[in-house]
Amino acid sequence: MQPFIKHTGLVAPLDRVNVDTDQMVPKQFLKFLTREGYGRVLFYDWRYLPGEKPNPDFPLNFPRYKGASILLARANFGCGSSREHAPWAIQDYGFHAILAPSYADIFYNNCFKNGVLPVTLSNEQMDELFARTEKNEGYRVTVDLEQRIVTDDQGLRYSFTIDPFRRECLLKGLDDIGLTLMHEPDISKYEQTKLRMPVMYEQVDVKFHQS
Amino acid sequence: MAPRTLFEKIWEAHIVHEEPGQPSLIYIDRHLIHEGTSPQAFSGIRAARRKVRQPQLTFAAMDHSVSTKNRELPVLDADAAGQFDALTHNCKEFGINLFDMHSKNQGIVHIIGPELGITQPGQTIVCGDSHTSTHGAFGALAFGIGTSEIEHVLATQCLSQFHSKTMKVEFVGRRPRGVTAKDMILAVIGKIGIAGGNGHVAEFTGEAVRGLSMEGRMTMCNMTIEGGARAGMVAPDDTTFAYLEGRPFVPRGRDFVLAVDFWMSLPTDAGAKYDTTVTIDMDRLAPMITWGTNPGMVTQVTSRVPDPKSFADPVDQKAAERALAYMDLKPGTRMEDIALDRIFIGSCTNSRIEDLRNAAKVVAGKHVSKDVKQALVVPGSRRVKAQAEEEGLDKLFLAAGFEWRDAGCSMCIGMNDDVLQSGERCASTSNRNFEGRQGKGGRTHLVSPLMAAAAAIEGHFVDIRDWDVDGAE
Repeated sequence: MQPFIKHTGLVAPLDRVNVDTDQMVPKQFLKFLTREGYGRVLFYDWRYLPGEKPNPDFPLNFPRYKGASILLARANFGCGSSREHAPWAIQDYGFHAILAPSYADIFYNNCFKNGVLPVTLSNEQMDELFARTEKNEGYRVTVDLEQRIVTDDQGLRYSFTIDPFRRECLLKGLDDIGLTLMHEPDISKYEQTKLRMPVMYEQVDVKFHQS
Repeated sequence: MAPRTLFEKIWEAHIVHEEPGQPSLIYIDRHLIHEGTSPQAFSGIRAARRKVRQPQLTFAAMDHSVSTKNRELPVLDADAAGQFDALTHNCKEFGINLFDMHSKNQGIVHIIGPELGITQPGQTIVCGDSHTSTHGAFGALAFGIGTSEIEHVLATQCLSQFHSKTMKVEFVGRRPRGVTAKDMILAVIGKIGIAGGNGHVAEFTGEAVRGLSMEGRMTMCNMTIEGGARAGMVAPDDTTFAYLEGRPFVPRGRDFVLAVDFWMSLPTDAGAKYDTTVTIDMDRLAPMITWGTNPGMVTQVTSRVPDPKSFADPVDQKAAERALAYMDLKPGTRMEDIALDRIFIGSCTNSRIEDLRNAAKVVAGKHVSKDVKQALVVPGSRRVKAQAEEEGLDKLFLAAGFEWRDAGCSMCIGMNDDVLQSGERCASTSNRNFEGRQGKGGRTHLVSPLMAAAAAIEGHFVDIRDWDVDGAE
């Protein structure tokens, strides 16, 4: 996984609460077999008019936000479906970090698996960031995970909290599975004493079952 | 030992490794997968040259993209065909149990896990699907995960998880007639909001919950995620054990007795503490209908579409305005005056045999309104379908003008060809009324099977309590 240490970039606003993952990646794009290429379909139904014509009313289509790499969002961002296609699309679009007052649990967790940093700030801090983004065309901020601060070049400086373990994993771009496999002896020990295999007491037509 | 909650007992029994300041490594007893979110996980396993650690603990089903029409015909949707081929290939290569679209036991993964007895009390269960919370109805710790975590479980049979907070949802009083588990959980979400349970595992308690069938408990736990909590649970009891006994994967004879002994040790101890408690007064509950674009935007059947100005918080006002614009509803409209284009009875929330029996009782001897373009019944599994046909429910539905389909997720998510057209309005027994969920521009109202069935007959919402439905819940 790509580490996240510090990133400076153009900010784009998405001023809506409870943005669900169905909006991030609508169902018709859940049939692909890859992890790549979802940036084009991010917020598809909001972003495009029929014929995949950009919807001029949707903020990400405003020329001033072209090339944005930091997304401002509102409360409970990423609620709904567990689809990891959502953070894949966020990342593939070019966003490195999200700033919001709160996130839905599964989405929040999924972001960390993909090198996307979801920063949690207060509602007041978010209001200020939305205001500055609106007021200053080309508004950029720096998100520094090492220092746990969000700064801009006008003196804004917000510190944020994040679980130390998650921070460490993201800073180093650690592979979760690799970390877990370091505890292989513990897993084996657990399995020796506690593992109970499913037993089919009545035959059902299931393929590839091993008894 | 200090008194512990159901959640804490299961959690502690599954800890493989713990270190201060780190998430715990938790063993996963049952892993469910489907064609939608798993292919990239297998690609990851292959790319890293890893193995599937315990293939026998993973169960796969085709559900999201399957046709609910004739399965014998070739799959015309090339992308869906690709998903089915990938799942079959992956299960074959790694030796994973697969219920493919032709299995007699095929169905929505959250329907077939319980009905085959793969789901059992005390287990940890995960699936790349947020409605995995369903399985908590058995007193299991079950939650949805992303594709990276699917890969993690395949490779290690474990997950690295942070300890959740606990929320007790206590229903006080008895369940009134015409009020179902669906209405109870919608009332919870209406009360706590769709983010109210974030960071929590919920446990549903109280006489009204104890009085629910397993089907009802599954409906309730299924929608826990719509209130933000990843997992919902109900303590196992005699209803649970009676449901499980004799199912294909449930121990038999003396082993069943031993299993029940263990399951009886799981319920929350007296005096155990929860981080949050929510109380719902059953006397005040009525059939519920959503009016907006998330499940928290919900009201009682006797109410009216709310005025956005009635919300205190400007953020809520704005969200309500947006939702009403999308839903094309005017504030003050009586919920019962909302007319419908389509009816969908199905989904992992409400497609079990009890749901179909209830809906069938409502429609028996009546006919779908001429104003309704389509009324669909999609059983959650082929076992449910077979059972319903044995009871003659299919004939009741067909005679009433409903379509009777094969099992799958269908119009809950519209990944097959069961979709709403733009601007169409649907009474749906599913779990999400998000924009475009059932089809781009489609408008979804979430209701119970009783309410959906009655709406099909009248062409608009009606208060099911005004109907004399013999024997219905």
